[in-house]
Amino acid sequence: MTQVSMTVNGKSVSGDVEGRTLLSGFLREHLSLTGTHVGCDTAQCGACVVHVNGEAVKSCNMLALEADGADVGTIEGQANADGSLNVIQQAFQDHHGLQCGFCTPGMVMSAAALLKENPRPTEAEVRKYLEGNLCRCTGYHNIVKAIMAASGQDVSSIAAE
Amino acid sequence: MYNFEFEKPSTVADAVSALGGEDAQALGGGQTLIPTLKQRLAAPSTLVSLGGIPDIQGVCIEDDGSVAIGGATIHATVASEAAGSYPALAALAGQIGDPAVRNRGTIGGSLANNDPAACYPAGALGSGATIITNTRQIAADDFFEGLFSTALEEGEIITTVNFPVPQAASYQKFLQPASRFALVGVYLARFADGVRVAVTGASEDGVFRWSEAEEALNKEFRQDALTGLSINPANMIADLHGSKAYRAHLVSVMTKRAIEACM
Repeated sequence: MTQVSMTVNGKSVSGDVEGRTLLSGFLREHLSLTGTHVGCDTAQCGACVVHVNGEAVKSCNMLALEADGADVGTIEGQANADGSLNVIQQAFQDHHGLQCGFCTPGMVMSAAALLKENPRPTEAEVRKYLEGNLCRCTGYHNIVKAIMAASGQDVSSIAAE
Repeated sequence: MYNFEFEKPSTVADAVSALGGEDAQALGGGQTLIPTLKQRLAAPSTLVSLGGIPDIQGVCIEDDGSVAIGGATIHATVASEAAGSYPALAALAGQIGDPAVRNRGTIGGSLANNDPAACYPAGALGSGATIITNTRQIAADDFFEGLFSTALEEGEIITTVNFPVPQAASYQKFLQPASRFALVGVYLARFADGVRVAVTGASEDGVFRWSEAEEALNKEFRQDALTGLSINPANMIADLHGSKAYRAHLVSVMTKRAIEACM
């Protein structure tokens, strides 16, 4: 076992892990941050997307020890300080951007990474950026709409209802 | 996944030393290796991460105008930082996987793995790149030795990949949308001294140069130059996504698209 230390959602954390412990496993099983979902475990679905030093990564495809010393952000750290939903989360609620909700943490984390590098994306840019996030319920239309709305754009004419 | 020891050296010398241990294996971004370990298709005793070595990260332009990319540089960095100096290569990097994969996967990892459907082998072979390791320089023409096989020795590390910049180049990828690899990808580069055409995703032997197309394009650089040329389907990959004949046909189609993009 090796000690790993990192900052998760602004708090310093550490734990003893094996070489093979994945970042997703460390978050879920050691820190009980189960908002990061493991869908496929083959790096296809994107439900496990978190931020490592500000960049979106698939936490089921990264070793916990590779994140030693890193600044990690998960879905649990997305809400506002008073516990209310942040602008992306609120937009997902307002525009019905989720049904079963399994993919939603990864979708929100990818959306946050997208809007950081591209604050007013086009619909095509949103769809392109979400290539690594699979949703089996919504058909994506309302997810795209929510992200467009979160970027402050008028979404009344976008895609299907 | 079987367990292993983990090391993360901060210099190439320390990484080479760590890789000298029995059954030690280098870890780039892990976007192929970690899924491989999960399937228990590999069982290293020690994984040596190359992600903590600043000397082999980043993109820079050499005095001769070539673009040098550190072996541990992630795809997202190449996509953004090479966009001005070598746009076709940056575009290739920006089409690998998805954004989260591009934030972890590295050029050195992709080349060392030499997946027969990966994008970077086509970019390196098509550009006539030089793969620089901790011990030597290897021309791309000598580097790729077939399916998942390269000229790298045990414990040898790709430190830099040096790309001469052509007059014009284009990577045309026919995306396999589930895996996000190339069903067929063609990298065409036009240099003052000739055209290079590298094909990925198609052959059972991995990336290859389509030399007949290169000869024809050296005589006349236009789509019609390929008229009458075809790829022998015998050595093409066949799977549920496409037959040998389909892939052979796609090679011509994607090459023509690359020619058009270079006009």
